[in-house]
Amino acid sequence: MTVAAEGSPPLRVAGARRSPLLQSEAVQGFALISPTFLYALILLVLPILVVIAHSFWTQDYLTIDHTFTLENYRIALTEPIYRDLLWRSLYISLTVSALTVILAYPIAYFISFHGGRHKSLWLFLITIPFWTSYLLRVMSWKVILGYNGVLNSGLIGLGIIHEPSTALLYNSSAVIITLTHAWATFAILPIFVSLEKVDRTLVEAATDLGDGPLRSFLRVTLPLSAPGVISAALIVMIPTVGDYVTPKLVGGKDGVMIANAIQAQFGKASNWPLGAALSVTTMVIVSLMAGATVLVIRAIQRLAR
Amino acid sequence: MLERVQPERTQSDRVMIEIRDVTRSYGAFKALDDASLNIREGEFFSLLGPSGCGKTTLLRMIAGFDTPTSGSIAVDGQPMDGIPANRRPTNMVFQSYAIFPHLNVEQNVAYGLKRLKLQGGEEKRRVEEALAQVSLTGLGKRRATELSGGQRQRVALARALVMRPKVLLLDEPLSALDKKLREQMQVELRRLQQAVGITFVLVTHDQYEALAMSDRIAVMFGGRIAQVASPKEIYQRPVNRQVADFLGGMNFVKAQIVAENGASLVVDTLGFGRVKTDKPKAFVRNGGAATLGIRPERLRVLWDNASAKFEVAGKVVERHYFGEITHLIVEIPGLEKPLSVTETNDFGADDIPVGAPIRLAYDPEALVAMAD
Repeated sequence: MTVAAEGSPPLRVAGARRSPLLQSEAVQGFALISPTFLYALILLVLPILVVIAHSFWTQDYLTIDHTFTLENYRIALTEPIYRDLLWRSLYISLTVSALTVILAYPIAYFISFHGGRHKSLWLFLITIPFWTSYLLRVMSWKVILGYNGVLNSGLIGLGIIHEPSTALLYNSSAVIITLTHAWATFAILPIFVSLEKVDRTLVEAATDLGDGPLRSFLRVTLPLSAPGVISAALIVMIPTVGDYVTPKLVGGKDGVMIANAIQAQFGKASNWPLGAALSVTTMVIVSLMAGATVLVIRAIQRLAR
Repeated sequence: MLERVQPERTQSDRVMIEIRDVTRSYGAFKALDDASLNIREGEFFSLLGPSGCGKTTLLRMIAGFDTPTSGSIAVDGQPMDGIPANRRPTNMVFQSYAIFPHLNVEQNVAYGLKRLKLQGGEEKRRVEEALAQVSLTGLGKRRATELSGGQRQRVALARALVMRPKVLLLDEPLSALDKKLREQMQVELRRLQQAVGITFVLVTHDQYEALAMSDRIAVMFGGRIAQVASPKEIYQRPVNRQVADFLGGMNFVKAQIVAENGASLVVDTLGFGRVKTDKPKAFVRNGGAATLGIRPERLRVLWDNASAKFEVAGKVVERHYFGEITHLIVEIPGLEKPLSVTETNDFGADDIPVGAPIRLAYDPEALVAMAD
């Protein structure tokens, strides 16, 4: 105690010379992230605040009525058209993320466990589709699924159907197929990373304790790669709810999603407040769904023990 | 009066693991080269050697994680060819312990039992028994990530023992522990093996570990088995310089063979003169030259006027203090390399001045002849 008291005065002088505020680790940290932080603040937080603010106002022909109202939310949540669109968007994004994860897992597993020396080559090959524009990739699905498309002519050529099917394109299934393909890489990569982290001796230990390949996969590999599965599911689910381009191009009238309605409100319909309310509602529901997904996957993980 | 008795043999002579002409090649490289070995039932057997000598490869082949390129392995009389690791009567304690991080201690130990679907609380009973065997009672609910190194090691042991295997394989289980804990675990492992009576096969590069725990040791170098014997014989009667060197310090003295008859060998050496020694079983004569070895602790310092029947005289050139012992380097006229001598410090060996003349007593039986 005495020693500390004797030692402290010179320390205080040194502290006074250089501002203690600038020396604190937190301040230094903030200084380090401030460019990114400001960028995010201006381009992400402010627009969201503007959207949230608009959702409580009313469009009054060409001007905005700034009196607080919940009318937009009433419309967004009770009007059948918006409710249907919202449900469909959720259904499509859930289906897409489930399908993407199910299809991506074996690929990630193969690369991680059997990729050998060529792991990076495999990962490189998987990113190749990203060298072309997303629009082109969607268009190519039109070529595959269309009335005179690859799939129809192929099926006719094989004699399985006799006239082109119209059930392939311009509906929600077409949206699901296109999105599943488009997001595959984003699911493969996180699952691959989490599989890479699974200690191979754990699988050996499971085998040593009597598990065959399937059992050791279900009891060790799968639960330990759950973090990757969760992030893959979220990475796919969250953006696909609000996807706008894909339903516009391959969705037809049965494949319209909530983002198309929001776009219409901000565009043609020129009702920003309603568009804002729809956006906020979607954001909230997506967040809830993301949370629920995490909980469900965790629960499955516990059951697998 | 303490009587000298032969240690009683706890294990039977029944062969538990039979390794016949096993070779494992990776391309041109042979990780294991024509190894043959019998491991007895109830035996604590160690595979000892430097890294890359093939000991782990052999262990993994017994476990079923690796397949011999040629040769065969049988466990309890049953050939193991084509039998996958999960259907072998062996269990393994991994070097990294491989504790499942998403399970707690109890679930880790019960892992292999779950599949057996035991009835009426049998699973719980066996898990608790296994935890008690490794002194982890009461830690069943502890998460795997909250365990210390020693505890992880015990969980790995319990998890394997609970399966009641015919053979327990241990892959350098103590190498990750600190010295004190390692020595404590050596004693505990040995005690546990005696209690459960299961055949233990231990892989280690630590000679003291192997000497302290094993009934028998196989010393391996470069994919070949150099010697299989009891710890005492391996230490006292190594078959060659490589084995002798690996098992701790050894003074090597060049010798000329004078006579060779049956079980004994008469050699002439500079320094030690003419010596008659036991001929090692695996001794292969290579011309007239041989090597004699003597462990540093088998040379004793002769104080004042004390004399011994067999002694050599020389001069201390270096002295190193190690707490309970002192290491002396002694030059003997006629020997090309100075002898190293370890002497306990009870009589003041740590005070012997460098440069002092010194006489050393030895027992000719401690001189062991070996192939070069």
